[in-house]
Amino acid sequence: MKPIYLDYSATTPVDPRVLSKMLPYFGELFGNAASKNHSFGWAAEQAVDEAREAVAALIGAQAKEIVFTSGATESDNLALLGVAEMYAEKGKHIITCVTEHKAILDPAHYLATKGFEVTFLPVDKTGSLDLQALEAAITPQTILISLMAANNEIGTIHPLKEIGAMAKKHDVLFHTDATQATGKIPLDVEAMGIDLMSLSAHKMYGPKGVGALYVRRRKPRVRLAPILHGGGHERGMRSGTLNVPGIVGFGEACRIAQLEMAEEAERLISLRDRLQKGLESQLDFVFLNGHPQNRLPGNLNLSFAYVEGESLMMGMENIAVSSGSACTSASLEPSYVLRALGVSEDLAHCSIRFSLGRFTTEEEIDLAIQKTVETVRRLREMSPLYDMAKEGIDISSIKWTSH
Amino acid sequence: MYSDKVIDHYNNPKNVGNLDKEDLSVGTGIVGAPECGDVMKLQLKVEGGKIVDAKFKTFGCGSAIASSSLATEWVKGKTLDEAMSITNADIAEELSLPPVKIHCSVLAEDAIKAAVADYKKRQQPN
Ligand SMILES: Cc1ncc(COP(=O)(O)O)c(C=O)c1O
Repeated sequence: MKPIYLDYSATTPVDPRVLSKMLPYFGELFGNAASKNHSFGWAAEQAVDEAREAVAALIGAQAKEIVFTSGATESDNLALLGVAEMYAEKGKHIITCVTEHKAILDPAHYLATKGFEVTFLPVDKTGSLDLQALEAAITPQTILISLMAANNEIGTIHPLKEIGAMAKKHDVLFHTDATQATGKIPLDVEAMGIDLMSLSAHKMYGPKGVGALYVRRRKPRVRLAPILHGGGHERGMRSGTLNVPGIVGFGEACRIAQLEMAEEAERLISLRDRLQKGLESQLDFVFLNGHPQNRLPGNLNLSFAYVEGESLMMGMENIAVSSGSACTSASLEPSYVLRALGVSEDLAHCSIRFSLGRFTTEEEIDLAIQKTVETVRRLREMSPLYDMAKEGIDISSIKWTSH
Repeated sequence: MYSDKVIDHYNNPKNVGNLDKEDLSVGTGIVGAPECGDVMKLQLKVEGGKIVDAKFKTFGCGSAIASSSLATEWVKGKTLDEAMSITNADIAEELSLPPVKIHCSVLAEDAIKAAVADYKKRQQPN
C-alpha cells in the first residue's frame, strides 16, 4: 500500500507548480538580489519583488510591509524580541496564550527572564479565548498581544478581528502567528487590525526554510529591533542574503493559495467531515478535541479512548498522522495544548491529529477510516481499560499505581 | 524505531485475554496508570507450583504491548520463584528497547511481581 499522508499541519509537499517556478533560480538565475549593478542581481531582485507582492496580496498588505525570514520560528522570535526591545520604554508587559506554538512560548519565557511580564491567557475546552479576559489583562504597560490565528494541533481559530479591534482601542500592537492559517482561511491585516503576522512557506505547499513577517508601516508604523545584524537587508530588520529560490517558491505558493483557497477549503471540509463521520459511526468512545465548527478546514483531532496514541499510529502503518501522546515526545508528557483545554491526561494520550491537504483524495480518506477502525478495534481487544469501560467501571475512580 | 521483535509481538501478541479472576488458582496484577499512558494487566494460573497459563491486556505503546506479551510467554511453565527472577533488563534486552522505552519493561516486571503477590495472597485463608 502506498503511504497516505495526513500530516499536512506538520509540513506540506511542495506543489509541482511551485517547484517549477523555483528551479531556474538554482540555475542560470542565481544572482544575489542585493547586487544592484548587473543583470544577475536585477533578475533576482525582480523575482523577489514579485514574490513580495504575492505574499502581501494574500493577506491584504503592501509589498513593503513583508520581511522575508527563514520561517515562522524566526518570524515569531523577531516579532516578540524585536517589539520587546524597541518598545521597552513604553512598557514591559506582553500578553499571549497557553496554546501558542513553542516558537512563541519560548521567546516569551525568555523575555520573562529579562524583566518583562508575560500573561499567558487560558483557553476553554474548545481552545477558544475569553475576550473579556483578554481585555482585562491589558494594562498601561502592555506593548504587545500575540495570539495565533489558528492552532497547529486542534485547528481552533481565534477571533482576529475582535482581538485587533481591542488592541487598537488600547493602543497595543497585535501580532498573530498565522503559520497554520495562511492560505487556508481568509486573512486581511487591514480588516483584522493586525500589526505583525508570521507566515511560513512549508505549511502551504512552498519550500521549507522560508517565511515572512508582516510589519505594518502605517497607522501605526511598527518599529522592530533586529535580531540578526549585518548587511541591512529587508529594511534593516533582517540582514542576510535573501534565499531567492525559496522566496520565489513562497510567492508562487501564495499566488496559488489565493486563487484556490475558497474551493480547496470547501473540498477539505467535506473530506474532513467524511473522515470524522466514518470514524464516529463505527467506533464508540471517540472524542473531538478543539472546536466543533470554528477550526481549520483540514484539521481533525480525535481521542480514541482506551487506546494509546503511539500504539495506534504503529498499527496504522502507512498512514502518516500525529499524536499528542507522551510516547511520541521526548518529555513523556502528553500535549500541552490538549492539557490546556482540560482534556484529561488519559485522553490526551489517546489523541490523533489527522490533517488533510491539497493532495488528499476521497480514496485515501476511506482507506484511512478503514485502517483506523481496524486498529482501534484490535487494540481495544487488548486494552484492560476498554474492558473496564464496558463493565461500567469509571477508570478515574480507581487508585492507580503511577510510576 | 522499533525492533523486529517489538513489531512481531505488536502484530501477533501472544496470550491476549482474561483468566477468571474469581478462580483461586489465578493471580492478577494491574500496574501503571491511564494518565501515564500505560496500564498492564497480567494474570497467571498456577497448578502444582507451576504457572500453567498466563494472559495479558495492555493499554500502552507498542513497546508496552510487546513487553507484556513477552512476559506472558516467559512465565509459562515456570515456578513462581523463577517467574519472580525475570527482570526488566532481561525483557529490555530481548526486545532491544531504546532507553526511552525502558519503563515499559519495568512495568512488565512489576506486573509479573504484582500477579504473583496477588496469587500468594489468595492462597492464605482469611
Ligand atoms: C503555529 C506554528 N507556529 C510556528 C511554527 C514554526 O514554523 P517553521 O517551521 O516555519 O519555523 C509552526 C510549525 O510547526 C506552527 O505550526
